[in-house]
Amino acid sequence: MSRLIRMDGSGHTTLAEWTTDDPVSVEAAVAAFREELEQGSIAMVTRGPGHAEHVRELPLDERLVIMRRPIAGG
Amino acid sequence: MAATDSSAGLLPELASVYWRPRMTAARLRQRERLWTLTTVAHVLPFVVVAIGMLLLSPLAAPVSLAALAHAWLIPALYARRGATVTRSLQPGPAGAERVSIGLLGDLVGHDARELHARTGLVPEPGRLGTWLVGEVGALLVSGRRVSCWCVRATDPEGARLPSGDRVAHLLLALRSDEEGFATVANLAFSGARWRVRRRLPKRQRAALDALA
Repeated sequence: MSRLIRMDGSGHTTLAEWTTDDPVSVEAAVAAFREELEQGSIAMVTRGPGHAEHVRELPLDERLVIMRRPIAGG
Repeated sequence: MAATDSSAGLLPELASVYWRPRMTAARLRQRERLWTLTTVAHVLPFVVVAIGMLLLSPLAAPVSLAALAHAWLIPALYARRGATVTRSLQPGPAGAERVSIGLLGDLVGHDARELHARTGLVPEPGRLGTWLVGEVGALLVSGRRVSCWCVRATDPEGARLPSGDRVAHLLLALRSDEEGFATVANLAFSGARWRVRRRLPKRQRAALDALA
């Protein structure tokens, strides 16, 4: 089971869960992912220790996709 | 279906600071040297005045002392400003804090988790040096020099991120594009490690010491 989560005021919220053999869950996850992107979130996946990657489409084979807010210099 | 960013892993936030040249190791060294020169330019005149006054008349010793105090205080004030990038914000609701710390813990190893619990800072090795990532900024430790970077996650509308999420935001951005991260962040101070260490809250000094 893969998860799409968003870091927010509650710690994090699970937006969608999917398995690749369940098209309905995949469709819902892709829709949730696109909605988050439209709201300005940035999608990240971790790539082992010390590495992360920005993704623009939902990587269905990842176990965890994290949506974060943009960062800015203080 | 999976598609990674076609712009070769560049931080998306770079678009908001398009006028800044991308930070590189060479540019960083250049900015560090500039900070050193600035510090010297601030300190040297006061030291010259202090010595000159004393040579003119021993009775001017109080003026010399005042000049030396200025020479000491000005870099110290800069360092204090730099050290504020490791400050913690007011924690969010306990539940949200717990959840956010749990997620952050999943992103880092045992040692980093332990250091974060003690100091509020997460160590992250990089090409430019070793980073200590906090809620609203990061320290970049390279040899005996520390650079203080002010950078933070933008809060979602109507909510404030808990502390673990703040750190996780910066950590993920740093891991995806270290040089981009240093381009987006504002350099608040760069100078000797001891200068910054003195200005850190006591519990956070252990994070710097751990990298020594």
